[in-house]
Amino acid sequence: MNEKNTFIEKFKYFVKEQTLVFILIGLCIIISSVSPVFLLPQNLINVLIQISINALIATGMTFVIISGGIDLSVGSVAALSGIVVTAIIQPMTGISIPLCVLLMVVLSIVVGLIMGGINGFAISRLRVPSFVATLATMNIARGFAYVYTQSRSIYGLPDAFSWIGQDYIGFLPVIVIIVILVLLAAHIVLARTVFGRYVYAIGSNEEVAKLCGIHIQNVKLKVYIISGVLSAFAGACLASRLVTGQPTAAQGYELNAIAAVALGVGGMEGGKGGIGKTIQGLLIIGVINNGLNLMKVSSYWQIITMGAIILGALIIGQFKKED
Amino acid sequence: MDKKPIIELKNIRKSFPGVQALAGVSLPFYPGEIHALIGENGAGKSTLIKVMGGVYQKEGGQIYINGKECEIEDVTHAQNIGISVIHQELSLIPDLTVMENLCLGIEPRIGRSAFIDKNAMRNTARKIMKPLGLTINPDDFIKDLKTADRQMVEIARAVSRNAALVIMDEPTSSLSSREVTTLFKIIRKLKANNVGVIYVSHILSEVLSLSDKITVMRDGYIIRTLDADEADEKILVKSMVGREIKDYFNKEEQEIGDVILEVSDLTRKPYFFDVSFDLREGEILGISGLVGAGRTEIIRAIFGSDKLEKGKIRLRSEEVEIHSSRRAIELGFGFVPEDRKIEGLMLESPVKQNISLPSLKPTAKSGFVDRKWETEICKEYIQKLKIATPSRNTISKTLSGGNQQKIVVAKWFAANSKIMLLDEPTRGIDVNAKSEMYSLMNEYTKNGGSIVMVSSELPELLGMADRIVVIRQGKVSGILDREDATEEKIMTLASTLKKEEK
Repeated sequence: MNEKNTFIEKFKYFVKEQTLVFILIGLCIIISSVSPVFLLPQNLINVLIQISINALIATGMTFVIISGGIDLSVGSVAALSGIVVTAIIQPMTGISIPLCVLLMVVLSIVVGLIMGGINGFAISRLRVPSFVATLATMNIARGFAYVYTQSRSIYGLPDAFSWIGQDYIGFLPVIVIIVILVLLAAHIVLARTVFGRYVYAIGSNEEVAKLCGIHIQNVKLKVYIISGVLSAFAGACLASRLVTGQPTAAQGYELNAIAAVALGVGGMEGGKGGIGKTIQGLLIIGVINNGLNLMKVSSYWQIITMGAIILGALIIGQFKKED
Repeated sequence: MDKKPIIELKNIRKSFPGVQALAGVSLPFYPGEIHALIGENGAGKSTLIKVMGGVYQKEGGQIYINGKECEIEDVTHAQNIGISVIHQELSLIPDLTVMENLCLGIEPRIGRSAFIDKNAMRNTARKIMKPLGLTINPDDFIKDLKTADRQMVEIARAVSRNAALVIMDEPTSSLSSREVTTLFKIIRKLKANNVGVIYVSHILSEVLSLSDKITVMRDGYIIRTLDADEADEKILVKSMVGREIKDYFNKEEQEIGDVILEVSDLTRKPYFFDVSFDLREGEILGISGLVGAGRTEIIRAIFGSDKLEKGKIRLRSEEVEIHSSRRAIELGFGFVPEDRKIEGLMLESPVKQNISLPSLKPTAKSGFVDRKWETEICKEYIQKLKIATPSRNTISKTLSGGNQQKIVVAKWFAANSKIMLLDEPTRGIDVNAKSEMYSLMNEYTKNGGSIVMVSSELPELLGMADRIVVIRQGKVSGILDREDATEEKIMTLASTLKKEEK
């Protein structure tokens, strides 16, 4: 084996491992050749804003899917949290920005703790399959959002409320900065902490994890609480972006989040993936949707695209496994 | 015998990595004959059955069905040519009724419609069961039947599909003695109907009273085939054991210290009852017994992964409660499970992450994995245990069985376990890896560790263990010292000479 050969081998390996990066670059080239607007800084920042809510939810979903589960309740939890946050903050006219942000965070944590806690408890202690448990809470959370608002939207929010969703720090939108920080924190937790390792271990082989002394139930409970809190916070951010509390908000967002994670990992089987992979998935979805927007394709087609992406990701993942 | 054999095996060979499971087996089976297969665990009986039943493909030799050479392709093919295997785990669908199970796949229809003719089905079911003398209600659900009755239904189904040869793998292991009598009646009816029966069992008295011929297997060879009336238990036990112990154990005599672990009256129904033994520092305690005797369950319970109903565990003469594996690990136990692919390894994860998993928490620095420690410990044990891996980041499933097993052992070494519970530590690994595993065990005990080793391989137990606890049907039937232990003694203690009422 000579040097050149090993270099080619290495390159092949790199291409195989980092398929998504190449797909992403390819997509950017195609879209920018069709629509030159794509590469303008303002549009690129738009892409980041567009994926920001999904990024928050998908971060939680990454934990869940790595642990070998699924969380369908994220969209509804986001909607419920958006309602709770707007309903409580609406009467506080003249509230300062820091206080408002603090309130949004605290309320998100409360809503996320409750909903994620219910999911985690049902899944880890009562051994309800995650698909079924979160399907139930998905309806419960959405139902509460409707009941509380009587299916009306909440308007007339104080000025400070829109800071997260609409303001900028320097040239970067606040929401984008928040997403970057959350992704970074999540990456550190997953890649560097003992808890993160346990999440992978459980998703990889629960029996082995148990025999190595890992408290499976606690880890799972925490995973669903993380997903709940991040979805709730995403809901608050979404409400801030729209400056409204809508019970119909974040409908179908679970699909987008699952798509991002599944695309990143190339499957759903647990024990694999990570925040880096999820970011790649998020960016691909964001770029495709942005491209479709620029080419003036109807948003209904974007739903179809999303479904096709999940299907494609799983098929490619299957091929890779058989290799 | 002037009859033609239904199936004749000629020089059948089959191997698994590191094991020659069948080393050229030739055997004819005749219609109307009950032919028992006996031998210790790993003798090759199950493999032989699976080759005939189409589960495994033979690697050499020929199979003749009614005088014609035949390749058995898969399970369906085996059934089509008249071979029915009744496994220990039954293959009936519990949520369907008896008749639905009997007619599965051949449901009678009303005319040519898609609707099932329930009455015709009931009649068919009765017609199938009557010649066997079964009086089970065809409308009963399988899940409501007793184990014995389920087995009868299973046999009835096998026979109804024109089975010319019915193979039964330990059919009485879950039956009471009265049920066994019924089963024997049915087997004799099969014989009267000119069906061939292959009967695999560990229970020698059953074999002697039921069968016409008895074949003894050992190490993938047929040792002898004899007529049942010229055999007795002594002859059978003697043929089953008695191979030479190979010299690769290198057992080093250790200084045996004080009692470190003492268990008394451990009970978990229906797996084991009143099990008591002790383990000394630097000792290797072997646990022998037949498959299903409760050996694995006992050490799983000690490790806290199964709950105990009763019993005490003392560690260095202090009583401890082990209610979870986590607690067991804290107390210094390590556990190498029987099936490393299911319970021992995260196959899709790197070597490194497997080795460090149990000790992540104690070594962590405020919740963060100590990566420097992790790298060092992996380097150390990959080198010490001679794990042949391209790097510590290699995905575990790409390594050989022996190296995978070493990873499982390495993780407990890394966790500083003082008492190692090993369940079939050398299963499915080749001779070299076995030998290395034995030297690791020697090394471990030399450094003050103690080992409880469950094994189905008698030479391994005789070669490595300082004492051997023999388990029979969930109870300790004897504890043998190294000097006294022989294969004959172990087999006599392990085999059930008389079936006890449960």
